[in-house]
Amino acid sequence: MKKYTYTEKKDTRSGFGAGLHEAGKKNENVVALCADLVGSLKMDAFIKDFPERFTQVGIAEANMIGIAAGMTIGGKIPFTGTFANFSTGRVYDQIRQSVAYSNKNVKICASHAGLTLGEDGATHQILEDIGLMKMLPGMVVINPCDYNQTKAATMAIAEYEGPVYLRFGRPVIPVFTDPDQKFEIGKAWMVNEGTDVTIIATGHMVWKAIEAGEKLAELGIDAEIINIHTIKPLDDEAILKSVKKTGCVVTCEEHNKFGGLGESVARLLTTELPTPQEFVATNDTFGESGTPDQLMAKYGLDAVNIVEAVQKVIGRKK
Amino acid sequence: MKHTIKELEDIASQIRRDIVRMVHGCQSGHPGASLGCTDFFTALYFEVMNHKTDFTMEGAGEDLFFLSNGHISPVWYSTLAHAGYFDKSELATFRKLDSRLQGHPTTHEHLPGIRVASGSLGQGLSVAIGAALAKKLNGDKSIIFALLGDGELQEGQNWEAAMFAPFNKVDHLIASVDYNGQQIDGPTSKVLALDDLQAKFEAFGWHVINTDGNDMQSIVEGLHYAKTLTGKGKPILNLMSTQMGAGVDYMMGTHKWHGTAPNDEQLAAALAQLPETLGDY
Repeated sequence: MKKYTYTEKKDTRSGFGAGLHEAGKKNENVVALCADLVGSLKMDAFIKDFPERFTQVGIAEANMIGIAAGMTIGGKIPFTGTFANFSTGRVYDQIRQSVAYSNKNVKICASHAGLTLGEDGATHQILEDIGLMKMLPGMVVINPCDYNQTKAATMAIAEYEGPVYLRFGRPVIPVFTDPDQKFEIGKAWMVNEGTDVTIIATGHMVWKAIEAGEKLAELGIDAEIINIHTIKPLDDEAILKSVKKTGCVVTCEEHNKFGGLGESVARLLTTELPTPQEFVATNDTFGESGTPDQLMAKYGLDAVNIVEAVQKVIGRKK
Repeated sequence: MKHTIKELEDIASQIRRDIVRMVHGCQSGHPGASLGCTDFFTALYFEVMNHKTDFTMEGAGEDLFFLSNGHISPVWYSTLAHAGYFDKSELATFRKLDSRLQGHPTTHEHLPGIRVASGSLGQGLSVAIGAALAKKLNGDKSIIFALLGDGELQEGQNWEAAMFAPFNKVDHLIASVDYNGQQIDGPTSKVLALDDLQAKFEAFGWHVINTDGNDMQSIVEGLHYAKTLTGKGKPILNLMSTQMGAGVDYMMGTHKWHGTAPNDEQLAAALAQLPETLGDY
């Protein structure tokens, strides 16, 4: 198992804020909109340097999505910011018609995704957003795994022409990816090469997968770990290549197993290479109030759950 | 004036012919409010707006138009065709397979003149505001026009947009409301009353004007006047009274023709009231 270390913990939303600021410096067409959550989305640096390119829309997410779609017509590259729940479920039809169907170059940037939002509880902890967004034709769906990757992803989507959903979170987590990485949309990142099982993880679950990989190594299991930061378009080639070698797969995501990364992987494998698969994901449930760590443990999203899923799926190999 | 009122009325007559023929041709679509808004579209595209038929998405230096109540696509398509955006023969493909003239307007098939999809109601004013903000950032002083249905104002997003625009001094925006008082399930006064729209928009901070949307003189003068109000700190709302089905006697004064196609006899009766002025498609 390749050794991953970290010297600091940071939130992925701060990676977004830093990436937005950089993207704003590079391209004057980058504009930002927010629905009364500037501090939570870490947009302060962008607003300070480019006040005229920032639009505060107030608590009116539907209007925000529509305004963003309209701004693209004048050549702008709008980044909308609010919590993941209000970025997707609340405005699904606005995204569907004014952004996706109209093929507008809007970047829907969503913080506080999943259970790790914590104490606010289930009203704010969306676990369905990946599914909602990946079903929209033409929508790119990205869920980066740490501060550095989120920053790089934010800068990369500014260069990409077309609608994007960028999902990130609230808690501070280890920063373990390269600060100078080049983010390639749709390209998987090989975290660790192994032979016994393929662990495919996205977002906050990537660090959990690394922790699980270390425990599995102690048990004599050599896990291949792949970071799928882009859930759509999926890196079919990387997944198939790995699964051909290992013969089984565990998918890990902070999302409902209905409609998430795991289902995308299952769709690929069932048509191309039928393979035993286990899902580490929430199981058709809402969340609740608690600390992020408590919630990840209670809803089965810890390293120990990945280890158990790996042992189970290896047992299913023919 | 680029055209006399009589010339504009003649164009409107042809567009009304197209509308009933298009809806008859595919036996679906929305003739009622299309006919009601024909004079508005004619005034906008043939007299009021500064626009180029050599279409670009950005429309730099041009006035832009956004249709929020997308179901009245027949009037827009016919107007665009006669204005020169595409050949009028294409009107025959309306709502048919492989057509660029989808049931509701969309950019998906790249029809010149359309800049965003609409159909699911209540979204157009927000998009128009966004286009206006982008023009402002680009130093482009052109005007953004939008048309909203009156029943559509029951959608909450309109009021988010209505609150946003005056607060942010989006003052090169002229939104018109097709105030025909009808919607699918009956008169708006019975379904969910709109009451005093002028007072409501004024309370939100808009400069409201009133026009008769089926009187060419009134609508042309009203829109020209609205243009003189731009750049003064407030968005402008043109509260435009219309008759659903205007120009076809048996379609007027009822919500029945909101989304119903005429049969052969009804088509003939409609066409008898609408002189062919520019040549049928």
